Amino acid sequence: MKASNEPALGFLLPSVVFVFVFSLYPIIESFRLSFYRMILTLPWLGERFVAWENYADLMTDPVALKSLTTSVIFVAITTPVEVILGTAVALVLNESFRGRGWLRAIVLVPWAVPTVVSSQMWRFIFNDRYGLFNFLLFGDAVHRYWAPLAEPGLALMSIMVADVWKTSSFAALIVLAGLQGIPKELYEAASIDGAGAWQKFRHITLPLLKPALFLALLFRTIDALKVFDLVFVMTQGGPADTTNVLQFYGYKKSFAEGMIGYGSTIAVAVFLVSLLLSIVYIRLLGTRLLGKEGGA
Amino acid sequence: MKKVSFLGAIVAIVAFSLLPFLWFVLTSWKSANEISAIPPVLVPSFHWDHYRAAVEQHGLLRYIGNSAVVAGATTAVSVGIAALAAYALARFNFRWGRAYLMLLLAFSMFPQIAIAGPVWRLLSSLGWLNSYHGIVAAYISLSLPFAIWVLTTFFKELPHDIEEAALIDGCTRWQALRLVVLPLTAPGLFTAAILVFIHAWNEFFFALIILTYPAVQTLPVGIALFPGEYTMPWGEIAAASTIATLPLVALTLIFQRRIVQGLSAGAVKG
Repeated sequence: MKASNEPALGFLLPSVVFVFVFSLYPIIESFRLSFYRMILTLPWLGERFVAWENYADLMTDPVALKSLTTSVIFVAITTPVEVILGTAVALVLNESFRGRGWLRAIVLVPWAVPTVVSSQMWRFIFNDRYGLFNFLLFGDAVHRYWAPLAEPGLALMSIMVADVWKTSSFAALIVLAGLQGIPKELYEAASIDGAGAWQKFRHITLPLLKPALFLALLFRTIDALKVFDLVFVMTQGGPADTTNVLQFYGYKKSFAEGMIGYGSTIAVAVFLVSLLLSIVYIRLLGTRLLGKEGGA
Repeated sequence: MKKVSFLGAIVAIVAFSLLPFLWFVLTSWKSANEISAIPPVLVPSFHWDHYRAAVEQHGLLRYIGNSAVVAGATTAVSVGIAALAAYALARFNFRWGRAYLMLLLAFSMFPQIAIAGPVWRLLSSLGWLNSYHGIVAAYISLSLPFAIWVLTTFFKELPHDIEEAALIDGCTRWQALRLVVLPLTAPGLFTAAILVFIHAWNEFFFALIILTYPAVQTLPVGIALFPGEYTMPWGEIAAASTIATLPLVALTLIFQRRIVQGLSAGAVKG
């Protein structure tokens, strides 16, 4: 087998080149740039090494701290809602009924809609003068209409609604795959023992579904930290920075203001936050999960 | 009673999934007065003016063409590269094969902003900003982790016997892959291709920073930056959105079984 390993390297090489040049090198470069001051619009200043200055600035930057809080709130609310909604949808899809294939396809529609399109769509629904949201809430009492995307208390909530609509189906698919892995015999045995629907759900479905739920939560968390399109189209981070999530703030600093050094510092912070969250998840949920499985 | 509540759940799911987008599609057929009417107009008068304006004044066809070229090229190249890598990872036991897969998984989790600045500077120094090959190169590296993971699971499920027979008959590894393995895993390749295509068609963040000239911009950038001076041209935005989404909804409805299979292979088995 040793001799035949040689062509394998040739097979791997093209992918390695792309991954190293466009993923690994940029990550390392982001870390390096976070110690420099450089401004795209003032290229003659060059790259100036400033050691930890950018990080010190970041710690005292009120917008950055607000942005971190906003991202955490966004993740903390959307991901559980998406996983719970997704589980409800998956439980329905796991039943056998006529037209199940159609329902599964329909559930996938929001997932297939480009995020930019769904952003414009929700921006239209939340319109302050003729949006469907206002009409459903206030009928034709136009004078009471809200401007959800311009209201500090409502803008983030509106973006969360749009995110939940778009991504719950992905959570549903992962949970559905988990549900299909549960042996049917368990339910039959429980029925013979006289268990009701709720008891079956509580004592069979839920414990065996934990790995899938954990996976859905993990994937959604990582993805929710990257939220950008919705913010760019619906609010541009406003009003008063209430929807200025980390990824958007990093974009604004790096590309709108051209502060590549400070932008890289934000990028590194975002990277570390998502790394930290993944580790916390795996430690908190993962070990409990594995511990339970080991005990059973 | 149980049947009624189950039916209610199905109706609720269908309404939640379809109604918001359907409302936007209906908007694309409304006149300006119907769009801003209170109470809202349910049945539009089926104007096609917004579609005409989107094509004639906002260059919708150019955006579609750019998206088709970018998503098509990304799909072809990255599925090709991923198939080679996945074949090697599924068939040979490297010490670091598993480590490579883990590295790819880690890359797929990174927020895009973590690499955006350096990728922009790299493409800029190559003179690849505002070019098809620049955005396609970035997209290939974004889609490779997912494509390699999905294809590795597909290749692992293929029994060794058939290609071993081919190897004994004197085929080289490359011939075995091209003549035996790839035809047999065509459904898997197709699944990976659909998912990569959908992702590339929808991607916005890198398209926004790399493509700043309207001549090369893709549909998501065009729709996000739709110009509106005093009032938003909702009818035209809705028309462009409908056209941008239609191919994807069609793909999803036709290939939903494959898409579900591919997504769960990428997520659950990974």
